[in-house]
Amino acid sequence: MPKTTLSVSAIKEGTVIDHIPAGCASRIISLLHLTSQQKQVTVGFNLPSKSMKRKDLLKVEGREITEQEGNRIAVLAPKATIVIIKNYTIVKKYIAKTPKEIQNVFVCPHPQCITNHEQAETRFAVSTHGIHLSLRCVYCERTYQDSDIREYC
Amino acid sequence: MAQPFTLKNIISIADFSKQDILTILKTAREIQQGKISLRLLEGVLMATCFFEASTRTRLSFEAAIKRMGGDVIGFADAAVTSTKKGETLADSIKIIGQYVDGIIIRHPLDGSARLASCATDKPVINAGDGSNQHPTQTLLDLYTIKESQKKLDELTIVFAGDLKYGRTVHSLAQALTHFNVRLYFVAPPSLQLPPHIADDVKGRQIKFSFHDSLDGVLQKADVVYMTRMQAERFSDTNEYMRVKNMYELKAEDLKGVKKNLAILHPLPRVAEVHTSVDTTPHAWYFRQANNGVVVRQALLAHVFGKL
Repeated sequence: MPKTTLSVSAIKEGTVIDHIPAGCASRIISLLHLTSQQKQVTVGFNLPSKSMKRKDLLKVEGREITEQEGNRIAVLAPKATIVIIKNYTIVKKYIAKTPKEIQNVFVCPHPQCITNHEQAETRFAVSTHGIHLSLRCVYCERTYQDSDIREYC
Repeated sequence: MAQPFTLKNIISIADFSKQDILTILKTAREIQQGKISLRLLEGVLMATCFFEASTRTRLSFEAAIKRMGGDVIGFADAAVTSTKKGETLADSIKIIGQYVDGIIIRHPLDGSARLASCATDKPVINAGDGSNQHPTQTLLDLYTIKESQKKLDELTIVFAGDLKYGRTVHSLAQALTHFNVRLYFVAPPSLQLPPHIADDVKGRQIKFSFHDSLDGVLQKADVVYMTRMQAERFSDTNEYMRVKNMYELKAEDLKGVKKNLAILHPLPRVAEVHTSVDTTPHAWYFRQANNGVVVRQALLAHVFGKL
């Protein structure tokens, strides 16, 4: 039997975000502002995965990621699994769902978009094309791939 | 029975169904033929909020409103407004919306009209937002294409000039995806159609191709849509100087073109359509500008539910 132990330690209370595409964990940390909340975050980069070959994984101690937040994560990690842990036990597990519209999460990359000049909530319509996602700014109407997003609200 | 026109705000041509477009064109035709009463906007007060320069669009809107019995207030220069004091667009529109029944807005930033429509419960009509959209220009472009060709399907349409920053090109290319057309996009590589518009066209299974010269394309065209190199949208002056005279259509270039060829231009023109073209039967751009009034009358009548 091959050894199946995880390469990162278990948490007592909090959230595990699994099946993140390799290299995307740091973007999810930015998306959820995890570094600014003084929570303990354990990151696994390029871990072996049966379904993804390589994946990233996040363990956030002391914070329960809401379903709404989970669905935001889906824009960057469409196959992400969110696992809520209490007292070392899994109490909830679900696969993030891609929302039809995502509000006030990403900064529009277009410098001439009105949302970069006024205090306005950004809004992107989300559509899926196979495994790829596209994000269309409701205001400037430009379409982006998730990899084009560089800043978070 | 025709589908009712349901759009309250006129922000993007992407919001229009094919039926919405055809409804506006039909009403505009009926207004032009004198079949519809013109006094449909009596008691309606509109604001024209032009944060960016305009001649034809603003005046044709004001003419349309006044000829229909409505009234209009507004400004043609952002420098005379509280924007100069730092007031946000959303606040300006929220206040103006309390004074009037509808707002017509032109603004230099992309998406400004959509934001404005979220700041008021009054109808907002986009008269151009940055390099994004100019839906009312598109409706009058379509009206002129139909008037010149007697149809909107099975046409070969050439766009030439600044296709990157030209918002009229973006709106019209998207609108034409409702019809069976073949599109040619002629521009220097640095000013070709933006990918997000090309993707929209591609997604609707419209045949199109990119070119950097009108040679070999002009003779195939039923419609040529010429556009100006917009100096005000170039961040690099050297780049503007390099491309500004790249396409200059003269009467002598029109040998061998189709008899029905219509040359359109959203105006103002600089050098891209030589005055020698003006007296040929192919010159439709002045007629096109004239059509702006009836098309905007039709649009206003539907937005205010008067038909």
